[in-house]
Amino acid sequence: MSETVLDVRDLEAGYEPGVPIVRGASITVNKGEIVVVLGPNGAGKSSFIKAIAGLVPITGGTVFLDGRDITAAPAHTMVRLGLAFVPQTENIFPLMSVEDNLRVACGILERREIPARLEEMYAAFPDLVRQRRTAAGNLSGGQRQMLAVARALIVHPKVLVLDEPSAGLSPKFVSMVFEMLAGIRKSGVTILLVEQNAKAALAIGDRAYVLVEGKDRHEGIASELWNDPVVAELYLGQRPLHAEKGGAA
Amino acid sequence: MSLQFVVDGLLTGSMIGLGAIGVTLTYSILRFSNFAHGDFMAWGTYATLAVVSAIGATFGKVAPIAPLSFGWPLLVALVVGMAFTALLALLLDRVLFARLRSQGQAIIVVMASFGASMALRSLLEFTFSSRPTYFSRAIQIAMPVGFGIRITPDQIALLLLTAVLVLGVHLLMTRTQTGRSMQALSQNAALARIVGIDVASVVRVTWIIGGALACVAGVMIGILVQIRPFMGFDMLLPMFAAAILGGIGSIPGAVLGGLIIGLAEAGAVQLIGAEWRAAVSFIILMAVLFVRPIGLFGVRER
Repeated sequence: MSETVLDVRDLEAGYEPGVPIVRGASITVNKGEIVVVLGPNGAGKSSFIKAIAGLVPITGGTVFLDGRDITAAPAHTMVRLGLAFVPQTENIFPLMSVEDNLRVACGILERREIPARLEEMYAAFPDLVRQRRTAAGNLSGGQRQMLAVARALIVHPKVLVLDEPSAGLSPKFVSMVFEMLAGIRKSGVTILLVEQNAKAALAIGDRAYVLVEGKDRHEGIASELWNDPVVAELYLGQRPLHAEKGGAA
Repeated sequence: MSLQFVVDGLLTGSMIGLGAIGVTLTYSILRFSNFAHGDFMAWGTYATLAVVSAIGATFGKVAPIAPLSFGWPLLVALVVGMAFTALLALLLDRVLFARLRSQGQAIIVVMASFGASMALRSLLEFTFSSRPTYFSRAIQIAMPVGFGIRITPDQIALLLLTAVLVLGVHLLMTRTQTGRSMQALSQNAALARIVGIDVASVVRVTWIIGGALACVAGVMIGILVQIRPFMGFDMLLPMFAAAILGGIGSIPGAVLGGLIIGLAEAGAVQLIGAEWRAAVSFIILMAVLFVRPIGLFGVRER
Protein backbone atom coordinates (compact mmCIF):
# COMPACT_ATOMS: atom_id res chain seq x y z
CA MET A 1 0.00 0.00 0.00
CA SER A 2 1.44 3.30 -1.03
CA GLU A 3 1.85 6.19 1.33
CA THR A 4 -1.19 8.46 1.79
CA VAL A 5 -0.42 12.17 1.31
CA LEU A 6 -3.87 13.69 1.54
CA ASP A 7 -6.65 12.08 3.55
CA VAL A 8 -10.04 13.83 3.52
CA ARG A 9 -12.75 12.24 5.67
CA ASP A 10 -16.47 13.06 5.78
CA LEU A 11 -15.84 16.68 4.82
CA GLU A 12 -18.73 19.07 5.26
CA ALA A 13 -18.36 22.65 4.13
CA GLY A 14 -20.34 25.66 2.93
CA TYR A 15 -20.36 29.43 2.88
CA GLU A 16 -23.47 29.81 5.05
CA PRO A 17 -24.09 28.02 8.34
CA GLY A 18 -26.77 25.35 7.91
CA VAL A 19 -26.44 25.32 4.11
CA PRO A 20 -23.72 22.76 3.42
CA ILE A 21 -22.51 22.45 -0.16
CA VAL A 22 -20.11 19.63 0.59
CA ARG A 23 -21.98 16.95 2.57
CA GLY A 24 -19.64 14.29 3.82
CA ALA A 25 -17.13 13.69 1.06
CA SER A 26 -14.10 11.45 1.61
CA ILE A 27 -11.08 10.94 -0.63
CA THR A 28 -7.48 9.86 -0.27
CA VAL A 29 -4.54 10.83 -2.46
CA ASN A 30 -1.45 8.65 -2.41
CA LYS A 31 2.10 9.78 -3.01
CA GLY A 32 2.91 10.29 -6.69
CA GLU A 33 -0.68 9.86 -7.88
CA ILE A 34 -2.92 12.04 -9.99
CA VAL A 35 -6.38 11.87 -8.46
CA VAL A 36 -9.29 13.39 -10.36
CA VAL A 37 -12.56 14.57 -8.81
CA LEU A 38 -15.41 14.54 -11.32
CA GLY A 39 -19.03 15.39 -10.99
CA PRO A 40 -21.96 17.09 -12.64
CA ASN A 41 -22.35 20.86 -12.50
CA GLY A 42 -23.29 22.03 -9.02
CA ALA A 43 -22.05 18.82 -7.37
CA GLY A 44 -19.85 20.87 -5.05
CA LYS A 45 -16.54 19.86 -6.65
CA SER A 46 -15.12 23.32 -6.57
CA SER A 47 -16.31 24.02 -3.02
CA PHE A 48 -14.88 20.66 -1.94
CA ILE A 49 -11.42 21.46 -3.21
CA LYS A 50 -11.58 25.05 -1.95
CA ALA A 51 -12.57 23.83 1.50
CA ILE A 52 -9.49 21.59 1.54
CA ALA A 53 -7.40 24.67 0.65
CA GLY A 54 -8.95 26.68 3.50
CA LEU A 55 -11.05 28.94 1.29
CA VAL A 56 -14.54 27.66 2.16
CA PRO A 57 -15.51 27.29 5.84
CA ILE A 58 -15.42 23.66 7.00
CA THR A 59 -18.29 22.57 9.26
CA GLY A 60 -17.41 18.91 9.73
CA GLY A 61 -14.94 16.16 8.91
CA THR A 62 -11.15 16.23 8.78
CA VAL A 63 -8.33 16.94 6.34
CA PHE A 64 -4.96 15.30 7.02
CA LEU A 65 -1.86 16.17 5.01
CA ASP A 66 1.07 13.80 5.53
CA GLY A 67 -0.49 12.66 8.81
CA ARG A 68 -0.95 16.20 10.08
CA ASP A 69 -4.40 17.66 10.78
CA ILE A 70 -4.81 20.73 8.54
CA THR A 71 -8.60 20.96 8.80
CA ALA A 72 -9.64 24.60 8.50
CA ALA A 73 -6.07 25.92 8.75
CA PRO A 74 -6.04 29.54 7.49
CA ALA A 75 -5.59 29.69 3.70
CA HIS A 76 -2.30 31.62 3.87
CA THR A 77 -0.68 28.86 6.00
CA MET A 78 -1.47 26.10 3.48
CA VAL A 79 1.69 26.50 1.38
CA ARG A 80 3.79 26.21 4.52
CA LEU A 81 1.88 23.05 5.45
CA GLY A 82 2.64 21.62 1.99
CA LEU A 83 -0.56 22.20 0.03
CA ALA A 84 -0.36 24.47 -3.02
CA PHE A 85 -3.66 25.46 -4.62
CA VAL A 86 -4.23 26.75 -8.16
CA PRO A 87 -7.62 28.48 -8.50
CA GLN A 88 -9.72 28.11 -11.62
CA THR A 89 -9.74 31.76 -12.69
CA GLU A 90 -7.86 34.91 -11.75
CA ASN A 91 -4.95 32.75 -10.70
CA ILE A 92 -2.16 35.21 -11.54
CA PHE A 93 -1.37 38.78 -10.48
CA PRO A 94 -1.98 40.55 -13.82
CA LEU A 95 -0.02 43.75 -13.19
CA MET A 96 3.09 42.07 -11.81
CA SER A 97 5.82 40.66 -14.03
CA VAL A 98 6.02 36.90 -14.57
CA GLU A 99 9.11 36.81 -12.37
CA ASP A 100 7.46 38.79 -9.56
CA ASN A 101 4.47 36.44 -9.76
CA LEU A 102 6.87 33.59 -9.00
CA ARG A 103 8.88 35.49 -6.41
CA VAL A 104 5.84 36.64 -4.45
CA ALA A 105 5.09 32.99 -3.68
CA CYS A 106 8.60 32.35 -2.35
CA GLY A 107 7.89 33.73 1.12
CA ILE A 108 8.41 30.35 2.77
CA LEU A 109 11.67 29.52 0.96
CA GLU A 110 15.15 30.31 2.24
CA ARG A 111 16.36 33.50 0.57
CA ARG A 112 19.45 31.84 -0.96
CA GLU A 113 17.32 29.02 -2.35
CA ILE A 114 15.12 31.34 -4.43
CA PRO A 115 17.34 32.02 -7.50
CA ALA A 116 17.89 28.29 -8.05
CA ARG A 117 14.16 27.56 -7.68
CA LEU A 118 13.33 30.29 -10.19
CA GLU A 119 15.74 28.77 -12.71
CA GLU A 120 14.25 25.32 -12.13
CA MET A 121 10.79 26.66 -12.87
CA TYR A 122 12.00 28.42 -16.02
CA ALA A 123 13.66 25.18 -17.10
CA ALA A 124 10.42 23.27 -16.54
CA PHE A 125 8.29 25.95 -18.25
CA PRO A 126 10.49 27.36 -21.03
CA ASP A 127 7.61 29.47 -22.40
CA LEU A 128 7.87 31.66 -19.34
CA VAL A 129 11.56 32.51 -19.73
CA ARG A 130 11.14 34.96 -22.61
CA GLN A 131 8.27 36.60 -20.75
CA ARG A 132 9.93 36.95 -17.36
CA ARG A 133 9.75 40.77 -17.45
CA THR A 134 6.29 40.86 -19.09
CA ALA A 135 3.24 41.80 -17.06
CA ALA A 136 1.47 38.49 -16.42
CA GLY A 137 -1.81 39.98 -17.64
CA ASN A 138 -0.37 39.99 -21.16
CA LEU A 139 0.17 36.21 -21.25
CA SER A 140 -2.02 33.87 -23.29
CA GLY A 141 -4.53 31.66 -21.48
CA GLY A 142 -2.25 28.62 -21.61
CA GLN A 143 0.77 30.58 -20.42
CA ARG A 144 -1.25 31.95 -17.53
CA GLN A 145 -2.04 28.40 -16.42
CA MET A 146 1.64 27.50 -16.71
CA LEU A 147 2.58 30.49 -14.59
CA ALA A 148 -0.06 29.65 -11.99
CA VAL A 149 1.16 26.05 -11.81
CA ALA A 150 4.83 27.10 -11.70
CA ARG A 151 4.02 29.50 -8.87
CA ALA A 152 2.37 26.67 -6.95
CA LEU A 153 5.25 24.24 -7.58
CA ILE A 154 8.04 26.63 -6.67
CA VAL A 155 7.55 26.00 -2.93
CA HIS A 156 7.99 22.18 -3.19
CA PRO A 157 4.40 21.31 -2.22
CA LYS A 158 3.55 17.82 -0.94
CA VAL A 159 0.39 18.00 -3.01
CA LEU A 160 -0.60 20.25 -5.91
CA VAL A 161 -4.34 20.97 -5.93
CA LEU A 162 -5.96 22.37 -9.08
CA ASP A 163 -9.47 23.64 -9.67
CA GLU A 164 -10.46 22.96 -13.31
CA PRO A 165 -7.15 23.78 -14.95
CA SER A 166 -8.69 23.45 -18.43
CA ALA A 167 -11.63 25.80 -17.82
CA GLY A 168 -11.94 28.56 -20.35
CA LEU A 169 -9.00 27.41 -22.46
CA SER A 170 -9.11 26.76 -26.20
CA PRO A 171 -8.78 23.05 -27.18
CA LYS A 172 -5.12 23.51 -28.13
CA PHE A 173 -4.28 24.80 -24.67
CA VAL A 174 -6.42 22.17 -22.94
CA SER A 175 -4.25 19.35 -24.26
CA MET A 176 -1.16 21.38 -23.46
CA VAL A 177 -2.26 21.80 -19.83
CA PHE A 178 -2.98 18.08 -19.40
CA GLU A 179 0.36 17.14 -20.96
CA MET A 180 1.98 19.57 -18.54
CA LEU A 181 0.24 17.92 -15.56
CA ALA A 182 1.27 14.45 -16.72
CA GLY A 183 4.85 15.72 -16.96
CA ILE A 184 4.70 17.20 -13.47
CA ARG A 185 3.50 13.89 -12.04
CA LYS A 186 6.44 12.14 -13.69
CA SER A 187 8.75 14.43 -11.73
CA GLY A 188 7.25 12.98 -8.54
CA VAL A 189 4.65 15.59 -7.57
CA THR A 190 1.33 14.39 -6.15
CA ILE A 191 -1.69 16.01 -7.83
CA LEU A 192 -5.35 16.38 -6.94
CA LEU A 193 -7.57 18.02 -9.52
CA VAL A 194 -11.19 18.81 -10.09
CA GLU A 195 -12.27 18.68 -13.72
CA GLN A 196 -15.26 19.28 -15.88
CA ASN A 197 -13.41 17.83 -18.87
CA ALA A 198 -13.78 14.21 -17.68
CA LYS A 199 -12.30 12.45 -20.67
CA ALA A 200 -9.04 14.40 -20.75
CA ALA A 201 -8.66 14.25 -16.96
CA LEU A 202 -9.28 10.50 -16.79
CA ALA A 203 -6.69 10.00 -19.52
CA ILE A 204 -3.90 11.34 -17.27
CA GLY A 205 -5.36 10.37 -13.88
CA ASP A 206 -4.58 7.27 -11.78
CA ARG A 207 -7.76 7.19 -9.75
CA ALA A 208 -10.94 9.22 -9.81
CA TYR A 209 -13.86 10.04 -7.56
CA VAL A 210 -17.29 11.10 -8.69
CA LEU A 211 -18.89 13.70 -6.49
CA VAL A 212 -22.68 14.05 -6.55
CA GLU A 213 -24.65 16.45 -4.37
CA GLY A 214 -21.65 17.09 -2.19
CA LYS A 215 -20.87 13.41 -1.50
CA ASP A 216 -18.35 11.02 -3.02
CA ARG A 217 -20.56 8.53 -4.82
CA HIS A 218 -18.09 6.49 -6.75
CA GLU A 219 -14.41 5.70 -6.81
CA GLY A 220 -12.36 3.87 -9.36
CA ILE A 221 -9.31 3.44 -11.52
CA ALA A 222 -9.29 6.42 -13.86
CA SER A 223 -8.85 4.42 -17.06
CA GLU A 224 -11.83 2.17 -16.22
CA LEU A 225 -14.13 4.86 -14.96
CA TRP A 226 -14.89 6.34 -18.35
CA ASN A 227 -16.74 3.18 -19.39
CA ASP A 228 -18.26 2.44 -16.00
CA PRO A 229 -22.08 2.25 -16.28
CA VAL A 230 -22.56 3.69 -12.76
CA VAL A 231 -20.53 6.73 -13.72
CA ALA A 232 -22.40 7.07 -16.97
CA GLU A 233 -25.63 7.23 -15.03
CA LEU A 234 -24.42 9.39 -12.14
CA TYR A 235 -22.31 11.80 -14.00
CA LEU A 236 -23.01 11.70 -17.67
CA GLY A 237 -26.71 11.08 -17.19
CA GLN A 238 -27.09 14.55 -15.75
CA ARG A 239 -25.31 16.16 -18.64
CA PRO A 240 -27.17 15.14 -21.79
CA LEU A 241 -24.67 16.68 -24.19
CA HIS A 242 -21.84 14.63 -22.76
CA ALA A 243 -24.06 11.58 -22.49
CA GLU A 244 -24.25 11.42 -26.27
CA LYS A 245 -20.50 11.64 -26.55
CA GLY A 246 -20.14 9.10 -23.73
CA GLY A 247 -22.47 6.72 -25.50
CA ALA A 248 -20.40 6.96 -28.62
CA ALA A 249 -17.16 6.36 -26.75
CA MET B 1 6.38 86.17 -14.03
CA SER B 2 8.89 85.15 -11.41
CA LEU B 3 10.09 81.56 -11.38
CA GLN B 4 9.88 81.54 -7.58
CA PHE B 5 6.64 79.57 -7.95
CA VAL B 6 8.71 76.56 -9.01
CA VAL B 7 10.37 76.26 -5.60
CA ASP B 8 7.13 77.00 -3.77
CA GLY B 9 5.30 74.49 -5.93
CA LEU B 10 7.89 71.76 -5.45
CA LEU B 11 7.75 72.22 -1.68
CA THR B 12 3.95 72.16 -1.50
CA GLY B 13 4.04 69.28 -3.96
CA SER B 14 6.43 67.31 -1.74
CA MET B 15 4.13 67.69 1.25
CA ILE B 16 1.12 66.67 -0.83
CA GLY B 17 3.03 63.81 -2.45
CA LEU B 18 4.30 62.30 0.82
CA GLY B 19 0.78 62.41 2.20
CA ALA B 20 -0.68 61.01 -1.02
CA ILE B 21 1.53 57.90 -0.76
CA GLY B 22 -0.38 56.89 2.37
CA VAL B 23 -3.72 57.71 0.74
CA THR B 24 -2.97 55.68 -2.38
CA LEU B 25 -1.67 52.68 -0.38
CA THR B 26 -4.71 52.59 1.90
CA TYR B 27 -6.99 52.95 -1.08
CA SER B 28 -5.40 50.19 -3.14
CA ILE B 29 -4.68 47.68 -0.35
CA LEU B 30 -7.48 48.26 2.16
CA ARG B 31 -9.91 49.52 -0.48
CA PHE B 32 -11.24 52.59 1.24
CA SER B 33 -10.62 56.34 1.23
CA ASN B 34 -9.14 57.19 4.59
CA PHE B 35 -10.31 60.71 5.40
CA ALA B 36 -8.42 60.58 8.69
CA HIS B 37 -5.09 60.55 6.84
CA GLY B 38 -4.73 64.34 7.08
CA ASP B 39 -5.21 64.13 10.82
CA PHE B 40 -2.42 61.56 11.06
CA MET B 41 -0.24 64.36 9.66
CA ALA B 42 -1.37 66.80 12.33
CA TRP B 43 -1.02 64.26 15.15
CA GLY B 44 2.45 63.32 13.96
CA THR B 45 3.46 66.96 13.86
CA TYR B 46 2.17 67.70 17.37
CA ALA B 47 3.85 64.53 18.67
CA THR B 48 7.11 65.67 17.09
CA LEU B 49 6.64 69.12 18.62
CA ALA B 50 6.02 67.57 22.03
CA VAL B 51 9.23 65.53 21.80
CA VAL B 52 11.19 68.62 20.69
CA SER B 53 9.87 70.48 23.73
CA ALA B 54 10.70 67.56 26.02
CA ILE B 55 14.26 67.43 24.66
CA GLY B 56 14.52 71.20 25.09
CA ALA B 57 13.37 70.93 28.71
CA THR B 58 15.90 68.15 29.40
CA PHE B 59 19.00 69.32 27.53
CA GLY B 60 18.46 73.09 27.50
CA LYS B 61 18.88 75.09 24.31
CA VAL B 62 20.52 73.14 21.50
CA ALA B 63 22.25 75.05 18.69
CA PRO B 64 20.79 74.42 15.20
CA ILE B 65 22.82 72.49 12.62
CA ALA B 66 24.80 75.15 10.69
CA PRO B 67 22.59 76.74 7.98
CA LEU B 68 19.37 75.01 9.04
CA SER B 69 16.82 76.43 11.47
CA PHE B 70 16.69 73.22 13.51
CA GLY B 71 19.14 70.98 15.38
CA TRP B 72 19.36 67.30 16.27
CA PRO B 73 16.39 67.44 18.66
CA LEU B 74 14.00 67.90 15.73
CA LEU B 75 15.56 64.99 13.84
CA VAL B 76 15.28 62.71 16.86
CA ALA B 77 11.75 63.97 17.50
CA LEU B 78 10.80 63.33 13.86
CA VAL B 79 11.80 59.68 14.15
CA VAL B 80 9.83 59.35 17.40
CA GLY B 81 6.90 61.18 15.77
CA MET B 82 6.95 58.82 12.78
CA ALA B 83 6.85 55.80 15.08
CA PHE B 84 4.06 57.42 17.09
CA THR B 85 1.97 58.17 13.98
CA ALA B 86 2.49 54.64 12.68
CA LEU B 87 1.26 53.30 16.04
CA LEU B 88 -1.70 55.69 15.96
CA ALA B 89 -2.66 54.38 12.50
CA LEU B 90 -2.31 50.77 13.69
CA LEU B 91 -4.39 51.50 16.78
CA LEU B 92 -7.15 53.21 14.81
CA ASP B 93 -7.22 50.25 12.43
CA ARG B 94 -7.44 47.79 15.32
CA VAL B 95 -10.24 49.53 17.21
CA LEU B 96 -12.22 50.90 14.28
CA PHE B 97 -11.39 50.12 10.66
CA ALA B 98 -10.58 46.41 10.96
CA ARG B 99 -13.89 45.69 12.69
CA LEU B 100 -15.94 47.55 10.10
CA ARG B 101 -13.88 46.12 7.24
CA SER B 102 -14.75 42.59 8.31
CA GLN B 103 -18.41 43.47 7.72
CA GLY B 104 -17.48 44.14 4.13
CA GLN B 105 -19.06 47.52 3.38
CA ALA B 106 -16.47 50.00 2.13
CA ILE B 107 -18.73 53.04 2.47
CA ILE B 108 -19.16 52.40 6.20
CA VAL B 109 -15.39 52.37 6.67
CA VAL B 110 -15.11 55.62 4.71
CA MET B 111 -17.74 57.28 6.90
CA ALA B 112 -16.03 55.95 10.03
CA SER B 113 -12.77 57.50 8.84
CA PHE B 114 -14.59 60.80 8.49
CA GLY B 115 -15.74 60.52 12.09
CA ALA B 116 -12.27 59.51 13.24
CA SER B 117 -10.88 62.53 11.39
CA MET B 118 -13.15 64.93 13.27
CA ALA B 119 -12.51 63.25 16.61
CA LEU B 120 -8.73 63.30 16.16
CA ARG B 121 -8.79 66.95 15.11
CA SER B 122 -10.99 68.02 18.00
CA LEU B 123 -8.73 66.19 20.44
CA LEU B 124 -5.79 68.20 19.11
CA GLU B 125 -7.68 71.48 19.44
CA PHE B 126 -8.71 70.48 22.95
CA THR B 127 -5.16 69.58 23.99
CA PHE B 128 -3.07 72.19 22.16
CA SER B 129 -5.69 74.89 21.34
CA SER B 130 -6.26 75.97 17.75
CA ARG B 131 -3.67 78.76 17.91
CA PRO B 132 -0.91 78.21 15.36
CA THR B 133 2.49 77.31 16.71
CA TYR B 134 5.98 76.81 15.24
CA PHE B 135 9.02 74.57 15.54
CA SER B 136 11.27 77.63 15.39
CA ARG B 137 10.61 81.34 15.23
CA ALA B 138 13.99 82.01 13.67
CA ILE B 139 13.74 83.63 10.27
CA GLN B 140 15.89 82.08 7.57
CA ILE B 141 17.49 84.15 4.86
CA ALA B 142 16.60 82.78 1.43
CA MET B 143 19.60 82.44 -0.88
CA PRO B 144 19.31 83.57 -4.48
CA VAL B 145 20.07 80.68 -6.84
CA GLY B 146 19.55 82.47 -10.17
CA PHE B 147 16.55 83.04 -12.47
CA GLY B 148 15.03 85.16 -9.69
CA ILE B 149 14.58 82.09 -7.49
CA ARG B 150 15.38 82.18 -3.80
CA ILE B 151 15.47 79.15 -1.54
CA THR B 152 16.26 78.62 2.16
CA PRO B 153 18.56 75.87 3.49
CA ASP B 154 15.57 74.29 5.26
CA GLN B 155 13.72 74.06 1.98
CA ILE B 156 16.66 72.37 0.25
CA ALA B 157 17.05 69.89 3.12
CA LEU B 158 13.35 69.00 3.06
CA LEU B 159 13.28 68.54 -0.72
CA LEU B 160 16.22 66.16 -0.40
CA LEU B 161 14.54 64.29 2.46
CA THR B 162 11.41 63.88 0.32
CA ALA B 163 13.45 62.51 -2.58
CA VAL B 164 15.20 59.99 -0.32
CA LEU B 165 11.95 58.83 1.29
CA VAL B 166 10.13 58.48 -2.02
CA LEU B 167 13.01 56.51 -3.52
CA GLY B 168 13.12 54.32 -0.41
CA VAL B 169 9.39 53.53 -0.55
CA HIS B 170 9.59 52.88 -4.30
CA LEU B 171 12.44 50.39 -3.81
CA LEU B 172 10.58 48.74 -0.93
CA MET B 173 7.51 48.29 -3.13
CA THR B 174 9.33 46.93 -6.17
CA ARG B 175 12.40 45.10 -4.81
CA THR B 176 11.36 43.43 -1.56
CA GLN B 177 9.11 40.55 -0.64
CA THR B 178 7.08 42.93 1.55
CA GLY B 179 6.49 45.24 -1.41
CA ARG B 180 5.56 42.39 -3.73
CA SER B 181 3.13 41.13 -1.09
CA MET B 182 1.54 44.59 -0.94
CA GLN B 183 1.20 44.70 -4.73
CA ALA B 184 -0.25 41.19 -4.74
CA LEU B 185 -2.80 42.06 -2.07
CA SER B 186 -3.93 45.15 -3.97
CA GLN B 187 -4.39 43.14 -7.18
CA ASN B 188 -6.14 40.04 -5.87
CA ALA B 189 -6.68 39.57 -2.13
CA ALA B 190 -7.95 35.98 -2.37
CA LEU B 191 -5.01 34.85 -4.49
CA ALA B 192 -2.60 36.65 -2.18
CA ARG B 193 -3.75 34.38 0.67
CA ILE B 194 -3.48 31.31 -1.52
CA VAL B 195 0.19 32.02 -2.31
CA GLY B 196 0.91 32.28 1.42
CA ILE B 197 0.68 36.00 2.13
CA ASP B 198 -0.49 36.87 5.63
CA VAL B 199 -2.98 39.65 4.86
CA ALA B 200 -3.00 40.96 8.44
CA SER B 201 0.75 41.57 8.42
CA VAL B 202 0.67 43.32 5.03
CA VAL B 203 -2.13 45.55 6.30
CA ARG B 204 0.03 46.46 9.29
CA VAL B 205 2.97 47.40 7.05
CA THR B 206 0.63 49.56 4.97
CA TRP B 207 -0.47 51.54 8.01
CA ILE B 208 3.09 51.87 9.28
CA ILE B 209 4.36 53.30 5.97
CA GLY B 210 1.34 55.57 5.50
CA GLY B 211 1.45 56.84 9.09
CA ALA B 212 5.20 57.47 9.14
CA LEU B 213 5.15 59.40 5.85
CA ALA B 214 2.12 61.40 6.97
CA CYS B 215 4.16 62.49 9.98
CA VAL B 216 7.07 63.62 7.77
CA ALA B 217 4.71 65.58 5.52
CA GLY B 218 3.14 67.22 8.58
CA VAL B 219 6.51 68.15 10.07
CA MET B 220 7.51 69.68 6.70
CA ILE B 221 4.42 71.86 6.85
CA GLY B 222 5.27 72.67 10.47
CA ILE B 223 8.81 73.77 9.58
CA LEU B 224 7.93 75.72 6.44
CA VAL B 225 4.49 77.09 7.30
CA GLN B 226 2.99 76.56 10.73
CA ILE B 227 1.49 73.95 13.04
CA ARG B 228 -2.31 73.97 13.46
CA PRO B 229 -4.85 71.25 14.27
CA PHE B 230 -6.40 71.77 10.81
CA MET B 231 -3.06 71.56 8.98
CA GLY B 232 -3.64 67.99 7.81
CA PHE B 233 -7.35 68.24 7.11
CA ASP B 234 -6.68 71.17 4.80
CA MET B 235 -4.31 68.94 2.82
CA LEU B 236 -6.87 66.18 2.39
CA LEU B 237 -8.36 67.24 -0.93
CA PRO B 238 -5.02 68.00 -2.62
CA MET B 239 -3.72 64.62 -1.37
CA PHE B 240 -6.68 62.73 -2.81
CA ALA B 241 -6.39 64.73 -6.01
CA ALA B 242 -2.70 63.77 -6.23
CA ALA B 243 -3.38 60.08 -5.57
CA ILE B 244 -6.13 59.94 -8.21
CA LEU B 245 -4.15 62.04 -10.67
CA GLY B 246 -1.15 59.74 -10.36
CA GLY B 247 -3.23 56.58 -10.60
CA ILE B 248 -4.47 54.78 -7.48
CA GLY B 249 -1.91 52.35 -6.12
CA SER B 250 1.10 53.95 -7.80
CA ILE B 251 3.80 55.39 -5.50
CA PRO B 252 5.61 57.35 -8.26
CA GLY B 253 2.17 58.45 -9.48
CA ALA B 254 1.17 59.83 -6.09
CA VAL B 255 4.39 61.82 -5.83
CA LEU B 256 4.22 63.12 -9.39
CA GLY B 257 0.54 63.98 -8.86
CA GLY B 258 1.53 65.87 -5.72
CA LEU B 259 4.22 67.83 -7.55
CA ILE B 260 1.87 68.69 -10.43
CA ILE B 261 -0.78 69.94 -8.05
CA GLY B 262 1.77 71.82 -5.94
CA LEU B 263 3.23 73.56 -9.00
CA ALA B 264 -0.20 74.32 -10.44
CA GLU B 265 -1.36 75.86 -7.18
CA ALA B 266 1.79 77.94 -6.81
CA GLY B 267 1.60 79.09 -10.44
CA ALA B 268 -2.07 79.94 -10.10
CA VAL B 269 -1.38 82.09 -7.04
CA GLN B 270 0.98 84.19 -9.15
CA LEU B 271 -1.09 84.34 -12.31
CA ILE B 272 -4.71 84.62 -11.19
CA GLY B 273 -4.59 85.16 -7.44
CA ALA B 274 -4.51 83.11 -4.27
CA GLU B 275 -8.27 82.65 -4.06
CA TRP B 276 -8.14 80.30 -7.07
CA ARG B 277 -5.50 78.08 -5.52
CA ALA B 278 -7.72 75.10 -4.69
CA ALA B 279 -9.82 75.39 -7.85
CA VAL B 280 -6.83 75.10 -10.17
CA SER B 281 -5.71 71.72 -8.87
CA PHE B 282 -9.18 70.35 -9.39
CA ILE B 283 -9.44 71.72 -12.89
CA ILE B 284 -6.19 69.93 -13.70
CA LEU B 285 -7.44 66.77 -12.00
CA MET B 286 -10.65 66.81 -14.03
CA ALA B 287 -8.82 67.57 -17.26
CA VAL B 288 -6.45 64.63 -16.75
CA LEU B 289 -9.25 62.28 -15.79
CA PHE B 290 -11.25 63.19 -18.88
CA VAL B 291 -8.32 62.21 -21.07
CA ARG B 292 -7.02 59.33 -18.95
CA PRO B 293 -9.55 58.15 -16.34
CA ILE B 294 -7.13 55.74 -14.68
CA GLY B 295 -4.64 58.50 -13.80
CA LEU B 296 -1.13 59.04 -15.09
CA PHE B 297 0.47 55.83 -13.79
CA GLY B 298 -2.70 53.84 -13.29
CA VAL B 299 -3.25 50.52 -14.99
CA ARG B 300 -6.55 49.27 -16.26
CA GLU B 301 -7.95 46.34 -14.31
CA ARG B 302 -7.90 43.25 -16.45
